Amino acid sequence: MQQSNAYIITFSVILTVVLGLLLSGTSQVLGPLQREAEALDKKKQILGAVISGEEIRAMSPEEVNAFYTSHIASTVVDINGNEVTEKEGAAVSAENVDIAKNYKMPAEDRLYPVFIFHAEGNPDDVQSYILPLYGAGLWDAIWGYIALDTDMNTVGGITLAHAGETPGLGARITESGVQQRYVGKEIFDESGELVAVQMQKGEGKDYSADPHKVDGMSGATITGNGVNSMLKNYLSHYQAFIESKKSSQAVAAAF
Amino acid sequence: MSTETVEKAIEKKPAEALLSKRRKKLITDPLVDDNPITIQVLGICSALAVTTQMKPTLVMAISVIFVIVMSNLVISLMRNTIPTRVRIIVQLAVVATLVTLVSEVLRAFAYDMYKELSVFVGLIITNCIVMGRLEAFALGNKPYDSVLDGFGSALGYSWIILTVAFFRELWGSGSVFGIPVFDYVSGIFGPDFKLATNGLMVSPVGAFIILGLIIWVQRTKTGYVEH
Repeated sequence: MQQSNAYIITFSVILTVVLGLLLSGTSQVLGPLQREAEALDKKKQILGAVISGEEIRAMSPEEVNAFYTSHIASTVVDINGNEVTEKEGAAVSAENVDIAKNYKMPAEDRLYPVFIFHAEGNPDDVQSYILPLYGAGLWDAIWGYIALDTDMNTVGGITLAHAGETPGLGARITESGVQQRYVGKEIFDESGELVAVQMQKGEGKDYSADPHKVDGMSGATITGNGVNSMLKNYLSHYQAFIESKKSSQAVAAAF
Repeated sequence: MSTETVEKAIEKKPAEALLSKRRKKLITDPLVDDNPITIQVLGICSALAVTTQMKPTLVMAISVIFVIVMSNLVISLMRNTIPTRVRIIVQLAVVATLVTLVSEVLRAFAYDMYKELSVFVGLIITNCIVMGRLEAFALGNKPYDSVLDGFGSALGYSWIILTVAFFRELWGSGSVFGIPVFDYVSGIFGPDFKLATNGLMVSPVGAFIILGLIIWVQRTKTGYVEH
């Protein structure tokens, strides 16, 4: 009886339905908690561009939320650097912009969130601008956040994350040692051309004299190239915004 | 000729003790004498990949214990209804469901751990120990025995990966469970005394070396030889 095709098909159908219900039920129940955890993780990544990983790890989820609220303001701009407050009738906020989804759209149509790191409780005392990054690594997506100092040229810090880079090789972009290499580098060259910061092939060389180059990761050149083009792409998409901030500061300095 | 699973002939005794000698053996055998990693050499992939630090290793061990015990229980309960011709797919479906549950729970309650273990939780599905126990034991034995058997195998797996992780974290990062042991030791002997960490231990090669040493020590003690 157990070997008949009808039995096998019935058995399989029942098993599939039962397991399917179990999984979708779990997903429904845990969904809100998961979204909360993801939102917190995003805040941690944004803050990671301006404060050290150890400090963030030492904070409780409530402290991260409080710190984020008191230190981060945000805005959304388009590719021309103009502020966007609504799209297709719906209000937009920087926290809700899905970078991965926007990445699939043509660059001109994307929304570009900007996170502004300021002194505690004082949004006018801007310390750095944090811009999101998104691109392709070797196996899967890579993303991150880069903090630019108020001169809109010096890199204050960077956080990088990945979906599936090789552990020990490309996955090293998440290590603070690798991310520290970007601190103090500059994204514009002397003639004002955007050159971003390029990770080099090979590892162990000293690039401290060159403001546009950082030491590479041995065995992870393709991931490194991915990081390079991601930086170049996103900084060029934000260029209009960056230039506008630059010129407004130049005006302020002239007075 | 019937291809159905034949249940092992166990004489009907008046209610076997909850932890009789035979049942104790189900748990203790896989710890050393029939260890899934060091003797059967199964589940090596995750033993190499997740053991750089104790904390993720512990989470991995708990996840594997849960998956093996629960899948053994479920398959054992269904063993007389599972059609033999699709039994592997049925086992796979049950294991995959349990693994997805673990992954979803981690994602909700321990997001950092979920990110750190990433694909390796999902890869419990392909951990040969899980399917191995289902095929070799749960399909032919009663639920309670199967649970004990699964628990034993999972414990055998867990203590090995935790031991590997202990040495890898200690020598590779100078800490245990994130506590910087090396720094404390240096603190005792003054600033000039510095214990060096070994980068090799952080890479998968380190796991191979530690695992090899464990197998060596174990086989010297038990006198086990492969035939």
